[in-house]
Amino acid sequence: MLKLYNTELSSRVLLGTAQYPSPAILMDAIKASGTEIVTVSLRREMAGGKSGDKFWSLIRSLGTHVLPNTAGCHTVKEAVLTAQMARDVFATDWIKLEVIGNHDTLQPDVFALVEAARILSDDGFKVFPYTTDDLIVAGRLLEAGCEVLMPWCAPIGSALGPLNMHALRSLRGNFPDVPMIIDAGLGRPSHAATVMELGFDAILLNTAVAKAGDPVAMAGAFAKAVDAGHEAFHAGMLEPRDVAVPSTPVIGRAVFT
Amino acid sequence: MNVLVKGAGVAGLSVADELTSRGARVTVLDPQPGGRAAASWFAGGMLAPYCERESAEQAVVELGLGAADWWEAALPGSVTRNGTLVLAPIRDVRELERFGSRTSEFEWANEDTVATLEPDLAGRFRKGLFFKDEAHLDPRRVLISLAAKLAEAGVAFETDPVRTMTAGFDWTVQCTGYSRKDQTIRGVRGEMLILRTADISLARPVRLVHPRFPIYVVPRADHTFMVGATMIESDSAGPITVRSMMELLNAAYSLHPAFGEAEIVETGVGIRPAYPDNLPRVVREGNTISINGLYRHGFLLAPAMAMLVADVVLKERRATR
Repeated sequence: MLKLYNTELSSRVLLGTAQYPSPAILMDAIKASGTEIVTVSLRREMAGGKSGDKFWSLIRSLGTHVLPNTAGCHTVKEAVLTAQMARDVFATDWIKLEVIGNHDTLQPDVFALVEAARILSDDGFKVFPYTTDDLIVAGRLLEAGCEVLMPWCAPIGSALGPLNMHALRSLRGNFPDVPMIIDAGLGRPSHAATVMELGFDAILLNTAVAKAGDPVAMAGAFAKAVDAGHEAFHAGMLEPRDVAVPSTPVIGRAVFT
Repeated sequence: MNVLVKGAGVAGLSVADELTSRGARVTVLDPQPGGRAAASWFAGGMLAPYCERESAEQAVVELGLGAADWWEAALPGSVTRNGTLVLAPIRDVRELERFGSRTSEFEWANEDTVATLEPDLAGRFRKGLFFKDEAHLDPRRVLISLAAKLAEAGVAFETDPVRTMTAGFDWTVQCTGYSRKDQTIRGVRGEMLILRTADISLARPVRLVHPRFPIYVVPRADHTFMVGATMIESDSAGPITVRSMMELLNAAYSLHPAFGEAEIVETGVGIRPAYPDNLPRVVREGNTISINGLYRHGFLLAPAMAMLVADVVLKERRATR
C-alpha cells in the first residue's frame, strides 16, 4: 500500500488531466490506468475567475482523489495564492506545489519552492512539491514540512525518461522512508519501470498518456510497467555482472579458466 | 413542410439553407440576429478535416470531407481551396513528426516548398506539412451572406421567442449551441484576435504546432488575419486574458516578425459547445431535432449535420448534395 499523508492508495500511478483529445478519452484513460489521484491545474483552466464546472464534475464523477496543482506560478506569492484558491475550489488541503523558474525548461525555482512549501505547510496544507533530483533541496523541503516529494527525472513533457540515474539512486538511498513520486519527464512505460525498479513509490503522468496515439491503451501500458517495476524492486533484482553465468551447468568445458 | 430553426449560428443557418433548397418553408428564430452572438462568429473558418485528425476522432474527418463542396454550392465563391500549411519553429521540428504521425493526406514541405507556397515566409521555416486538399472560408462573410441569401429565398427571421410559438410548425430544429442549463454539454472557451498589417500576406491558413493548443493564422480580406484559438475548459465569456493574448501574439510574431507592427483590430471570445467525447450529436424527440456539440468544428461539421436533419425532416436519404 502506498501511503501519502495518511491516505492509503493501491495504485501507484497519478494522472494529469490536461491535453487529452476529449474528456471522454481522459475518463477512459483514468479508468485504464487504475489511478486513484488525478491532478488538476487551477490556473490553466481559469478564465474570468471561473473554472469549467462541467469539466470538473465529469472528473469528480469517477470518485478519484483530486490533487490540485499550482502550474504556471512563477513566484512564492502566486503559488501560495493559487494553493489557497484551489483549497476552496476543490475542498482539499492537498496541493501539488509548482514554482517555475524558467519558461522554457519549466524547471522548478527550488529556492522559491522551499519558501512556498514552508508557508503552505504552516498553513495546514499537505504539500506535494514538484522538485528537481537535488538531494539538498529534498532535505530542505522535508524540513519545511513536506512529507512527500515529487522529483523530476527529466523536464516536463520532454519524454526523455530518467536522465540522471545517479541522482535518483542517491535521492532514494538518502530518504528511504519518504514517499517519492517521479513527477515529470517520463515518455514510455520502460521509463516508468526503470524508476520503479529504483524503488520510487509512484509516478505522475500526463503528456506521455494524453498525447499518445491511443491514450487509453497507453494508460494501461504504464499501469502494467509501474506494477512490474515495483514488484521487481521488492523481488530483489540481479546485479549486472561482467562475465556470463550459465543458468544450466556447462558440462565438459573448463569454465574456470 | 413548415420548419422552425432556433439559432442563427453556423448550424442553424446551414440547416435553414439545406431545408430551403429542398423545398421546405423555414423560419429562423434568434434573439440576437446577425450571428454576432454565435460561437461561429469567432471561428477560424478552416475546412481542414485532415489536420483536425491530429486531436479529433476519425468521425470528424469523415463528416467533414464534404464540407468544402457543400459551402461552395451554398455560396459560390466563398471557399478558397489552396490547402493548409503546418509549420514549426526549428526547435520544435519533432512536433511536426508527431503531427504527421496522427494525420494523413499531406506532403512534407521543405524550405523551397514553403517559399513557393507562402513567399513571405521564405527562409523562415525549414520543414512543414502541406495538406493540399484542405480549404477555408471567412466565417463572418459566410454567415452574413447566407442569412441574406435565405432572406431573399423567403426565409423569415424572427427575434421574439414569445411571438414565435413552436405550435404552428411541423418541426422544430434546435441549433442554439452552448447552454448552462443542459448538463450534458460543456462550454470550451476559445479566444481569438484579429490583426491588420499590409506588411505580410498569406494565401492560406498556417498552423503552428504548439504543445497545448493548435494556433493558426488565417488570412482574410483587407490585410486582416485571424489568430486563434485557445481551448480552455470554461464557459466564461469574459474578455481575453493576458496569458492567452501573449500566446496568440507570440505565435503570430514567431510566424513572421512583421506581425509585431500589426494593429490589433479585435479580440474575441466564443464558447464552443462540446459533449464529453467532443463529437457532435443529432437528437430527435418527437418533432424536435437538436444539433449540438459541434465543438471547434462548426463550419466543418455543420453541412453534414444539416443534411442529416433535412433527411429526417423530409424523410429523404441523400448522402451527398
